[in-house]
Amino acid sequence: MNRFMAFYSQHLRKSHFIERTIRGLNAAIEHIAHVEDSSGSPGLLQRLDPRVKLCGALLLICATVVSSRLAVAATILAMASLVVVFSGGMTLRIVAKLWGAVLLLTGAIALPAVFITHGEPVWRMPWVGWIATAQGLRSALLLVVRAETTATLAMLLALSTRWMHLLKALRILRVPLAFVMIVGMTHRYICLLLETSIAYFEARRTRLIGKANWKRRRQMAISTAGVLLEKSIQTSSEVYAAMQARGFRGEMRTLDEFRMRPLDRLALALFAGIAAAAFFLGTL
Amino acid sequence: MHIPDGYLSPSTCAALYAGATPFWHAAFKRTGRMLGGRMAPVLSLCAAFSFVIMMFNIPLPGGTTGHAMGVCVTTVVLGPWGSMLAVSSALLIQAVFFGDGGITTFGANCFNMAIAGSLTAWMVYRGISGRSAPSSPRRVVAAALGGYLAINTAALLTAIEFGIQPLLFHDPAGAPLYAPYPLRIAVPVMMLGHLTFAGLAEMIVSAGLVLWLQRSRIELLQFTGDGGWQLTRPFWIGVAVLMIATPLGLLAAGTAWGEWSAKDFQKTAMRSEMAAASRNMEPPQSAPAGLKKLSSVWTAPMSDYAPSFFKSLQLGYILSAMMGTGLVILLFLIVDWIAGWVSRRKSAADE
Repeated sequence: MNRFMAFYSQHLRKSHFIERTIRGLNAAIEHIAHVEDSSGSPGLLQRLDPRVKLCGALLLICATVVSSRLAVAATILAMASLVVVFSGGMTLRIVAKLWGAVLLLTGAIALPAVFITHGEPVWRMPWVGWIATAQGLRSALLLVVRAETTATLAMLLALSTRWMHLLKALRILRVPLAFVMIVGMTHRYICLLLETSIAYFEARRTRLIGKANWKRRRQMAISTAGVLLEKSIQTSSEVYAAMQARGFRGEMRTLDEFRMRPLDRLALALFAGIAAAAFFLGTL
Repeated sequence: MHIPDGYLSPSTCAALYAGATPFWHAAFKRTGRMLGGRMAPVLSLCAAFSFVIMMFNIPLPGGTTGHAMGVCVTTVVLGPWGSMLAVSSALLIQAVFFGDGGITTFGANCFNMAIAGSLTAWMVYRGISGRSAPSSPRRVVAAALGGYLAINTAALLTAIEFGIQPLLFHDPAGAPLYAPYPLRIAVPVMMLGHLTFAGLAEMIVSAGLVLWLQRSRIELLQFTGDGGWQLTRPFWIGVAVLMIATPLGLLAAGTAWGEWSAKDFQKTAMRSEMAAASRNMEPPQSAPAGLKKLSSVWTAPMSDYAPSFFKSLQLGYILSAMMGTGLVILLFLIVDWIAGWVSRRKSAADE
C-alpha cells in the first residue's frame, strides 16, 4: 500500500501548480547551466571566432527559410546533425531533446495540413476516410524539416559561444551597444530571479498543508509574482548605485577584442559557400 | 505565440523587422531620455522579470493553469516604450538561448508581443484608468482589460501572419511553402486559446500585480498616471468609432461618378450606370486610349478597400480603414521627424 501511494504521489497524482512551476524553473536553470558549460568546453566550434559563428548561423538559417526545396533544407539539417553527433556529450543531449520537442510541436501543427491541403490524393485513411494529398505531405514535411534545421543551427550557436561573446558579436550587425548591454544584464538577472522564484515557491510549498482552493492558489501565484517584481525594481536601484560607485556614467564599453585567424576565415568561407549553394539550389 | 523559424516567409519576416525597427529606435530614444544612466539596470531587471513571469503556472478556474506574458505589467511600470525594449530583450534570450521562437521571426515576435502588446496594453490601461488616483480600483480593472486585450491583439496579429502565408507563398503545385493554414483556420484556432485560457491568465496576473502594487509600492504606478493624451482622447475615440462604422459605405449602391475603371466600359451594367449618372449620355464603346494606358500604371494592394484574403466585405472595409489611418499617422510622424531633424541641423549650423 505504501509503495502504491509513493508511486501514485510521484507519477499519477495531478501535480500542484507550485510543483509544476518549480519543475519548470529548475529545468530553465539546468538548461542555462548546461549551455554555459558547453559553450566553455573545448571543441572545434567553440574555438571559432563568435562573429564567424554568428554570421554562419544566420546565413544558414536564412538559406533554410528561403529554400522551397525539401532536399536543400534536409541537407543542411544532415550537416548540422553530423556536427552535433561529433560534438557528443552535453551538446548531443541538449540538441536531441530539442529535436524531440520541435518534432512534437511542429509535427502536431503540421499533421492536419496533410489532410486539409487540396491537391493530388496519395492515401486514404481507413475508417475516417481522410485523404492525404501530395501537396499536404510536402508542405508538412517542409515545415517540420525547416523548423528542425533552424532550431538545430540556433542551438549549436548558443552551445558553442559564450553568451557575452555572442552579444558582442551582434555589434557587427549594427545592434546598438545599449541593447547589447541590456540583454547581457538581463541574462545575468534571469538566473538571479529564477533562483529567487524557486526559493519563494519552495517556501510556499513547505508551508502548505492540504489542498488550497482556486482563490488561495491564485493569491499565492500573484503575491509571489508581486514580491519578485518588487525585488526586480529594488535590485535595479542597487545595481545602478553599484555601477555608479564603479565609475559608470552612462557610456558603455566592452572587453575581449576578437581576432580573425586562418581557421576562422576558412570556416566563414565554408559557411558562406554552403549558404550560397543552398540559396541558389533552394530557389531554382 | 512564439513563432518558430520556417513558419513565415522571408519577405514577411523582413517586413516585420522593418515594421519593428522604427519602434525600437523610438523606444531607445524615449527610454534613454526618461531613465538616463539607469536605463540598462531598470530595463534588464524588468526584462528578466518578464522572462520569469512567463514561466509561472497561473491557476485558472476549473483546475487548469495558464501562462501569462506580463506585458501589461511592464507597460504599467515602465511605460510602453520601456516595455517594448524589456519584452524584446526577454524574447531575444528565449529565441537564442532556449529555442523558444525563431531568429528570422524575432522581428515578428517582437512586433506582435513587445510592440503591439505594449501599445494595446498602454492605450487600454490609460483609456480606462483616466485621471483616477493610483489607488483606485479602476486601475485594477484597466490593467485586467489591458492585459487581456494586449495578449489577444498579439495572438490576432500572429494568426493573420500565419493565415496569409498559404495565400501568398505556395509552389506551382499549390503546396503551401510556410505555415499551411489559411486565415479561416489560423484565426479561430489561435484566438480560441487566447480568448479563454491565455487571456484569463494574463488578466489575472495584470490585475493581481497592479492590486499588489497599490498595496505595497504605489509609487510604481505614478509613471502611467494621467497625462497629455487625455486632450486628444475624444479624437481617438471618434476615429475608432468611424473606423468601425466604415462598412456603412457598402450600403451606397454603385460607383461614384468618374471613378470607373477601364474594364467598366465593356460591362453592360456599368455602361447603363455611367449613362444614368451622366444625364443619359452614352459612354464610348471602349475605354479612351489615355485612360486605358494610365489605369495600369499602379495596382493597389487593397483594391476597392477589399483585401483579397478577406471574404467578408465588411471586415475588409474595417481593416482597410485601420490600415489607412495607420499609414496617415505614420506619414505625419515621418514628416514630423524630418522637420525635427532639419530644425536640429539648422540649430547646430547656427551654433
